[in-house]
Amino acid sequence: MARLALEPRETNSIIAPIQVAALALVMTLIGGAVLFAIYGVSPLRGLHAVFVEPLLTTYGIGEVLLKMAPLLLIAQGLAIGFRAQVWNIGAEGQLILGAIAASALAIWFDGTGSPLLLPAMIVAGMLAGMAWAGIAAFLRTQFNANEILVTFMLTSVALQLLYYLVTGPMKDPMGFNFPQSISFGQSALFPTIIDGTRANASLYLGLVATAVAVIFVRYSFASYKLSVGGLAPGAAFYAGFSSKRAIWIALLVSGGAAGLAGVGEVAGPLGQLQRNISPGYGYAGIIVAVLGGLNPIGILFASAIMALVYVGGDFALLSVGVPDAVTGILQGILLISYLACSLLLTMRLRLVREAPV
Amino acid sequence: MADPILNISGVTKIYGRTVANDAVDFQVETGQIHAVLGENGAGKSTLMKVIYGVVKPDAGTVSWQGETVDIASPAEARRLGIGMVFQHFSLFETLTVTENISLAVEGSKAELTARIRSASERFGLEVEPDARVHALTVGERQRIEILRCILQEPKLIILDEPTSVLPPQGIAKLFETLKTLAAEGIAVVFISHKLDEIRALCDTATIMRGGRVVGVVNPAEETSKSLTQMMIGQEIAEFGTRAPATASREILRVEGLDHVPEDPYAPRLSGLELSLRSGEILGIAGVSGNGQGALMRVLAGEIPTPPDTVILQGEAIGATGPEARRRKGLHFIPEERLGRGAVPGHSLAENVGLTTFHSGLLSSGFLNLRKRRARAAETIEKMDVRCSGPDAAAQSLSGGNLQKFIVSREMALSPQVLIAEQPTWGVDVGAAAAIRQRLLDLRAQGVAVLIVSEELEELMEICDRIQVMFRGRLSPAVAAGQTDIDHIGLAMAGDFDELEATHG
Amino acid sequence: MDVLIFMVSGTLAAATALIFAAMGELVAEKSGMLNLGIEGMMATGAAMGFVAATVSGSYTVGFLAAAVLGALLSAVFAVLTLVFRANQTASGLAIGILGLGLSSAIGKKFESMTLPGVPDLPLGPLAQIPVIGPMFFQLDVMVYLSIVLVFATWYMLNRTRLGLTIRAVGESPENAHALGLPVLWIRAGCVAFGGAMAGIGGAYMSTAYTPLWAEGMIAGRGWIVVALTVFGTWMVPRVAFGAYLFGSISLLELSIQALGVNVPSQLMSALPYLVTIFMLALISRNTLFIRLNSPASLGATFRL
Repeated sequence: MARLALEPRETNSIIAPIQVAALALVMTLIGGAVLFAIYGVSPLRGLHAVFVEPLLTTYGIGEVLLKMAPLLLIAQGLAIGFRAQVWNIGAEGQLILGAIAASALAIWFDGTGSPLLLPAMIVAGMLAGMAWAGIAAFLRTQFNANEILVTFMLTSVALQLLYYLVTGPMKDPMGFNFPQSISFGQSALFPTIIDGTRANASLYLGLVATAVAVIFVRYSFASYKLSVGGLAPGAAFYAGFSSKRAIWIALLVSGGAAGLAGVGEVAGPLGQLQRNISPGYGYAGIIVAVLGGLNPIGILFASAIMALVYVGGDFALLSVGVPDAVTGILQGILLISYLACSLLLTMRLRLVREAPV
Repeated sequence: MADPILNISGVTKIYGRTVANDAVDFQVETGQIHAVLGENGAGKSTLMKVIYGVVKPDAGTVSWQGETVDIASPAEARRLGIGMVFQHFSLFETLTVTENISLAVEGSKAELTARIRSASERFGLEVEPDARVHALTVGERQRIEILRCILQEPKLIILDEPTSVLPPQGIAKLFETLKTLAAEGIAVVFISHKLDEIRALCDTATIMRGGRVVGVVNPAEETSKSLTQMMIGQEIAEFGTRAPATASREILRVEGLDHVPEDPYAPRLSGLELSLRSGEILGIAGVSGNGQGALMRVLAGEIPTPPDTVILQGEAIGATGPEARRRKGLHFIPEERLGRGAVPGHSLAENVGLTTFHSGLLSSGFLNLRKRRARAAETIEKMDVRCSGPDAAAQSLSGGNLQKFIVSREMALSPQVLIAEQPTWGVDVGAAAAIRQRLLDLRAQGVAVLIVSEELEELMEICDRIQVMFRGRLSPAVAAGQTDIDHIGLAMAGDFDELEATHG
Repeated sequence: MDVLIFMVSGTLAAATALIFAAMGELVAEKSGMLNLGIEGMMATGAAMGFVAATVSGSYTVGFLAAAVLGALLSAVFAVLTLVFRANQTASGLAIGILGLGLSSAIGKKFESMTLPGVPDLPLGPLAQIPVIGPMFFQLDVMVYLSIVLVFATWYMLNRTRLGLTIRAVGESPENAHALGLPVLWIRAGCVAFGGAMAGIGGAYMSTAYTPLWAEGMIAGRGWIVVALTVFGTWMVPRVAFGAYLFGSISLLELSIQALGVNVPSQLMSALPYLVTIFMLALISRNTLFIRLNSPASLGATFRL
């Protein structure tokens, strides 16, 4: 007689996270197929529209890269904090603040054509994102206020701040009262990197962040301390690693990265500040970070997959006529599948042969 | 001979590659106080879990009152009339005594209160039904556990190491209760590794070693030595007579230490004084939960205090953190190995860096992974830690092996002061002996060693001086040679005067 | 006097959705389960409730459908955390994201439709009492049911065996398991109750309070509910008080606009979130108080 038994792994496997992500992806494909069937669309056509069609044209690939840039940046930042069990779920708000700060510079220095404008916007956006996340770090370390709730609330506040600015102080005076700023000049925009697409150089920021994260996570003492604090707070106390510093690092790094993503949006595909800056990149970034196993390389792939789901959702809307809500549902299924499978990260399935009793 | 109420035959239980129970036979009769004796890892707990329905045996039969049964869950066990008092109480701190009992015993509040009162009188188990558990002492908590068990009207009660948490006087009282229970026709299974107790209390002892039953004896007819031999399978080497302490220089000093712990249920420390000298072992005795944990955290630097309350080599260090203290030669081995002394999910290589990172494993904020691995390998080798190597996750090691790893890690930094909290708790005999030997070696090298332990025998054996902790206060130190277990026992119950008298 | 009548009756109505969801979340948290997916479950409940009520023509059917779907969503959370032992925080976020997607899929075709709204309960002479009548007795049945729910939740948690069991499981699932209590089932049940109540709370928004369905109409209320359990330090009367406080704040926005005070509307819209942050910091700074009252195992993964 034989049965499957779950038992703890003795050493941390390197292959397990990849297996788990692959399994989650397969489950998502099945979930997607069911979803399309409910909408009366042939599952194969639907899945083809979401997961294959965007990759068939240069334009489609460009769109995927375009959406990948903010997801990659945000997720690399968030993963640093998640490893320390500091849950910043307000990347969306930090993205908005980054976008606002960068836009402010683009508007003030409009027409100067200075080559320093874009770098200055990048720095300003990053600092603004850090500052917004820093509020949560301050409230958590000084008042013990839960950072999950505070970062979420701050996102709602950031949205209202954005609405106020685009209908007031930062509104384009010549814009027929539309809630948006002036269109930025060329010196305030990221150059596109592939002709015929909208993919722009902000993707390089994401790739640089990935490279830095690889080194940081594997070799830095700071990252080691964060992971000890996340896995075993008692051990961090014992070793003398400051939990307050961990909270500050986690929130500032993730806030800064999200702020950069905000710069990438206003200085990229949007070219101006407007009401809708992000289709939920801040939340999708959470999924990307978890799906990537909180590993920088894993996140690189996860961000590509998530970007594909975003673009694929748009394609499916056009080609097979399912609503864009499908994107959100697929994202949810992807994360849920991953979480269900992640039991296999610490446990393994083994076939046990039993001698007859 | 009467028919046994519980008859276990040929029970085998295998976890992965370890055989926890190997064809175990075990019989208990009504009205008997039956000891199960064995060192850590001998298979006692697994056998009890089989009886209580927590684990399912891979082979063998359990028969209860003459009928073969399949005990699938603790609830099933209780229905049959089997009760268990765990070593770690399963009480709820925020609930009252009655509420705690009502979770396991049917009946209205008024009924229960009445039953609690009558049972507590009959068996000498005083409790206050409306008190909340967090305000109670360990002894009171144990009484609730036993009461909760009795009120379910069991025919068999299993007590897992019940005396390890009690002061000596409390043990005598517990024995009275157990004898009353046996006289009323209840079978009592008593798990312990303390031989004197077993010889004083039990009618029969089943001795286990390496997952097997190696003997069933009448303990009164055996000597401690013969029991030990059966338990361990060989004679344990006695400690070599150790040189008298050459202590002279004071290294660590605690003065007028007060502290209100963060945990609202823990006792506050008040007016603690201690002095630790080089080349001696100072023991802190006491029932756990009397403030030892907070004292350890204060000494380790996890909790800052006013600078001049803790003085290391003449320097006021009360406000410094654990890392600064390690740099000054003060090292700490915590009681909780997984989750405090080591990160469960991290490999041993990663865990070696937890406290030793500043000793050449770091350069400008970056880790030297190669060196760290080599250090882990050395640490493993030095104390013969049984594991698959530096990549083994800390949580995959047995308690004894992980403790050896942690001890080895802290020793590698040649401490000047070593503080160890329950260093041999839950560790098998071999590892415990190795750890004690290391502590004595350190003493011989002139290191100042401080040990907190609940095991009075262990303290009497290896310490030069002993202080007792009770409700956040610390007794003056007495020389271990000038006192005895009874006086220390009185102090553990709060009477410090007698202890001082012995010191003269 | 009209302003006072408007404030009192308005607060009762505005707080109703929060009360339902908060009582549900409180019960779940008391058992040790921190479900952060309330926002998604409320949104799904709002969409489902609106669609079911519109299609069937019965508000009862709408609320029931919302409750069932909310419970189903929360069951996914229960399975993730209890069976697959996934991290509660991440699992809650996943449910939140799934719920928001689901809500927009369900409600898509019904966007911009309206319902007449759940009618006021005919309380006859009570409703005719001057001042008191319009303040308290011209409201719909769900408002009164939410008040009943507050008392029922308090009674259940503090005076019944079930409540005692839930509190015990929330303090120490390990001990509860050792006593033979069915920890997983109790936790799953509490989570499902939380999901059903969140669904009803969401449905109240779309079928009674507004009453229409629009994407994003829950607007952070699910998160405010999670914050409410912290403000209320896990005590029923305090959590209920918090819900009414937030109900009155959301009215403030309307009142100040009505009074013609010149404040940017966005500041007023941001007010509930700012107040939440402020209250959270104020209450949480007393760590001892939080520690004494929060369920000790809240958010921790339970391994058998």
